[in-house]
Amino acid sequence: MFRNLLPAVALLGLVSIPVAARAAPPLELKSVKLDLPDSDRMFPDGPGSDAINNNCLACHSADMVLNQPSFSKQGWTAEVNKMINNYKAPVAPEDVGPIVDYLAALKGAK
Amino acid sequence: MAKNGSFDRMMTRRKLIAAAGAAGVALSRPAWAQKMVDLPLPGGPDARQITTSFPQKGPMILQRTRPPLLETPFEVFDKGVFTPNDQFYVRWHWALIPTDIDVAKFSLTVRGHVNQTLSLSLHDIVHELPSVQLAALNQCSGNSRGFFQPRVSGGQWANGAMGNALWTGVRLKDVLDKAGVKPGAVQVRFKGLEEPVVADAPHFMKSLDIDHARDGEVMIAYAMNGEQLPLVNGFPLRLVVPGWYATYWVKMLNDIEVLDQPDTNYWTKVAYTIPDTPHANIKPGETDVKMIPISRMVPRSFVTNVASGTKLKAAAPTTLRGIAFGGDCGVASVDFSIDRGQSWHQTQLGKDEGKYGFRQWQTQLTLPAAGEYSVLTRCTNSNGVAQPDAPNWNPAGFMRNVLESADVTAV
Repeated sequence: MFRNLLPAVALLGLVSIPVAARAAPPLELKSVKLDLPDSDRMFPDGPGSDAINNNCLACHSADMVLNQPSFSKQGWTAEVNKMINNYKAPVAPEDVGPIVDYLAALKGAK
Repeated sequence: MAKNGSFDRMMTRRKLIAAAGAAGVALSRPAWAQKMVDLPLPGGPDARQITTSFPQKGPMILQRTRPPLLETPFEVFDKGVFTPNDQFYVRWHWALIPTDIDVAKFSLTVRGHVNQTLSLSLHDIVHELPSVQLAALNQCSGNSRGFFQPRVSGGQWANGAMGNALWTGVRLKDVLDKAGVKPGAVQVRFKGLEEPVVADAPHFMKSLDIDHARDGEVMIAYAMNGEQLPLVNGFPLRLVVPGWYATYWVKMLNDIEVLDQPDTNYWTKVAYTIPDTPHANIKPGETDVKMIPISRMVPRSFVTNVASGTKLKAAAPTTLRGIAFGGDCGVASVDFSIDRGQSWHQTQLGKDEGKYGFRQWQTQLTLPAAGEYSVLTRCTNSNGVAQPDAPNWNPAGFMRNVLESADVTAV
């Protein structure tokens, strides 16, 4: 009788434990000191490339922009304004136009 | 052979670096950027580097170097339901990421609308609180954004901005109970160590409603797949919010603030919002849409062992397998169709490692005659929600979960 019941009880006990309550073995965390790679990639030369290189690469590498699809000039204007207004990119007002024009020329809607 | 191959590649890379150093030449492209992959994004650009230069990480698709956006190569998902830590995708918002973390000095603060402010050491968290384990999928809100048409701006991910891990940690509820949440608390806000380059830019923070934070499932993880987290995946502590998009899974978590007012910070109220419509779907250009914070994930499924463009033998069985997830609940079934969804056939589900994680599925596929086929897969979750047959669209490129297809030729 007991012999028959015990495995069933054990099984029930096992399946009734919620997954999130499983005991885990303790782990000793180890300190980490390392270096993350950076990118020295610049935007391709062209009218406005100085403006975009000088204003945009502090917060993110150029690959982010170069991997974007093509957008209209209106789309690129919205993108640059989002960087300035939402993410506080310190872009000099006189550089906004050249940056948008550069992006529209490099990755404008066809 | 395989060993020799990787040794050769390693030597080649070293030689390249040495050569560059000796000649004092600034390479226009870093020496590690040798291998490329094409992502099938409509309209391109499709070429991405495969990078092995990130510490504690294996080969990853380089979407952005700084702050890192690294995508998991899709073939990794065929190896099993748990995504290896060294190929688990990486996504950061701001470029100032600490790279020197001393486990003896790190502390997690719990403050705000609580009886007692806490400063917990990693020792307190690992050894003084009950530990729990949970398998859960972490998926970027914008996973698969690169497939949106018309295209939208943001990280141009294919389908690899997701991963499933067995997380070990402590319940957030236990940590909040230790501090003693005061009556009137409405939300809990989470902040990590990453900082914006620009001083007045919004620090990355996310909030959960108090009842969600105390549901006993949300956890603070100190290990994934049995190991401490890679630094770029959030070492030493990461919030785990099962069933919810990864934006809530705050990395390098060091500050928990219980709020008695709803959080109005940029990252909760403005960023990561979706149209309040079915499938978060609107027409491109549509305006005046009510936006709400993104939250629960939705079901998806993928073929992992047969890529589009593969040639299969006609009238002969082929093993077809893949992964699926229910989103905010388990997987009920995964079905496939070779006739554009007119008829569906059930697959066999693999072992259930937990309702919030990946579930493997497998079936025998026989393409009756020579020709072109789209093999569609469809996950239905345990709440009865199935993947839609039309793609959604929204301006941020969030929550894609349309039926996927593997386009193959029977010969």
